[in-house]
Amino acid sequence: MVENRPFLTFLTHAFLILGFLVVALPVYVAIMASTHDVSTLMSGPVPLLPGSHFIDNYSTILTSAAAAHGLPNYSHMALNSLIMALTITAGKIAISILSAFAIVYFRFPFRLLAFWIIFVTLMLPVEVRIMPTYKIVADLGMLNSWAGLTVPLIASATATFLFRQFFMTVPDELLEAARVDGAGPMKFFRDILLPLSRTNIGALCVILFIYGWVQYLWPLLVTTDPGYYTLMMGMKRMVTAQDGVIEWQLVMAGSVLAMLPPILVVVFMQRLFIRGLTETEK
Amino acid sequence: MAGIHISEVSKVYTGGVKAVSSVSIDIADGEFIVLVGPSGCGKSTLLRMVAGLEAISAGEVKIAGRVVNEVEPAERDIAMVFQNYALYPHMTVYNNLAYGLKNRGTPKAEIDARVAEAARMLEITQYLERKPRALSGGQRQRVAMGRAIVRKPAAFLFDEPLSNLDAKLRVSMRGEIKRLQRRLGTTSIYVTHDQLEAMTLADRLVVLNGGEIEQIGAPLEVYHAPASTFVASFIGSPAMNLVRGELHGDKLAIGPAMISLNGFAPTSGAVTVGVRAEDLRIARDDEEALPFRLEYTEELGAQRLIHGTVGDQQITAAVSPEIALSAEMRIAVDAKRLHFFSLDTGKRLPGNVPAEAKLAPVEPVL
Repeated sequence: MVENRPFLTFLTHAFLILGFLVVALPVYVAIMASTHDVSTLMSGPVPLLPGSHFIDNYSTILTSAAAAHGLPNYSHMALNSLIMALTITAGKIAISILSAFAIVYFRFPFRLLAFWIIFVTLMLPVEVRIMPTYKIVADLGMLNSWAGLTVPLIASATATFLFRQFFMTVPDELLEAARVDGAGPMKFFRDILLPLSRTNIGALCVILFIYGWVQYLWPLLVTTDPGYYTLMMGMKRMVTAQDGVIEWQLVMAGSVLAMLPPILVVVFMQRLFIRGLTETEK
Repeated sequence: MAGIHISEVSKVYTGGVKAVSSVSIDIADGEFIVLVGPSGCGKSTLLRMVAGLEAISAGEVKIAGRVVNEVEPAERDIAMVFQNYALYPHMTVYNNLAYGLKNRGTPKAEIDARVAEAARMLEITQYLERKPRALSGGQRQRVAMGRAIVRKPAAFLFDEPLSNLDAKLRVSMRGEIKRLQRRLGTTSIYVTHDQLEAMTLADRLVVLNGGEIEQIGAPLEVYHAPASTFVASFIGSPAMNLVRGELHGDKLAIGPAMISLNGFAPTSGAVTVGVRAEDLRIARDDEEALPFRLEYTEELGAQRLIHGTVGDQQITAAVSPEIALSAEMRIAVDAKRLHFFSLDTGKRLPGNVPAEAKLAPVEPVL
């Protein structure tokens, strides 16, 4: 559409900029807050200009701050978060791509029912079924373990659904050509379907990594051993300080650092991410 | 190299829809068979049963003397060319060609040699490192054929391989398929809905309709002696004129006109009369003729098609463009060029096979 109406251009840009400011302001405030000392933050509204305690705050959070709250140190928690996010991502993709493969390419009894049961779980957020889930995990003795942290979150109806939709767009002739070429089901999956799903897998990795990284409620419930604390939980513990003075500058510094890995993932996977969401390789 | 024997093969889908009923075809080693028919006639289903991509409901398919009903496609020693090429989009042309051989555990050196040979034959050597996406339709078609050739199978199965190409490319690829098949001498089954493709490629063609065989025969045989009104109207362009006529002794009445048959009448009473457009001509003043009312013309260059009516029945005639036209004309036909079909069954009535049908088939000069 070719349009040349300066006022409309102005208006759309104004909206765009306004939207950007609304989204970016909290992040900006967090970054600014992480550069001041505790007395500045306690004495009034958060200043909108950078302060002079940037290095202090960040080195404190990375070294000693967490220990003061009885937490493992920052890098330990970051590592826990990373392990959890990566395990969830890898597990979700492996399980959902295989279930989608089964649902699309195999004729077994109750195939459609299986699909709908998977699909229906989309309707229930984790929080709704958190009681029964917790009970099962507790009964299986998986509290305070990596398995307890990751396994209950590892199935993904969304990813299964996305892979199913993608597989259904792959022409049947491709499967038939592969069969004539002597490829069995798993060989077809490995040699043809998997490479074709590359961009979809990339896009899902980004989404699922962020999903795993920001998990808060579930780790909070199943881990009492500080050795398993993730960053999100650690940040929360620092807010509920015992002595009354919450060290917001450190909490903010920790939060800003915690934002970095998802940002890096998005930046480096962006090309794949956008391709996976917008085009299919055919 | 091997013959294919299809005997009494049927396909019934769940729900009772019968796609193919009791079809038998014997295909000799090296023969080029074309299955032709309108969409939904079961030709692709039949091919896919030979390929092993569809289960056979009843009957038997033998390839090289071995019953293959329960054999996986890859074990049947066939290669298939698909309508939409079905190239693996993420593999280079080389890998597309080599994939089937790799799966068979063919030694690397032999794969290289075979791919190189097929690529040379199809003139796609310079594209071996490209992905299918970077190829034109015709080149993709060549790659699809290459994938079949490298396997050196007992039979090629083509499922409408040219339908996705533009008209000009289709003609040249058609020639190429024929040339390749002659050169390799591989038994081939080719499915198409295009009667021209069927006529030009086939050693023998099999006309299918509603899951049943209407006629099997050499292209000219089918053209000159169609076994039914269906075949008559399906093979040949323009389609054969089919009109209602009545036989009175040695005379044929079509609408208001009456022409003598010189002893070619096979029966008497009402029949369907078939006549090819090119067998009709403008009548001389002194001969029996059909009164023809011209409606419109189509120019083909070498020929002119004149469409009109005789009585209340549609007739198309092919005449030389030099002939002057008028709204009312008289057209004539040699009695021996008429085809008679039963009004009830649509089957050809025996008694007259035009001389052309007995022409010797053209031996390939290759």
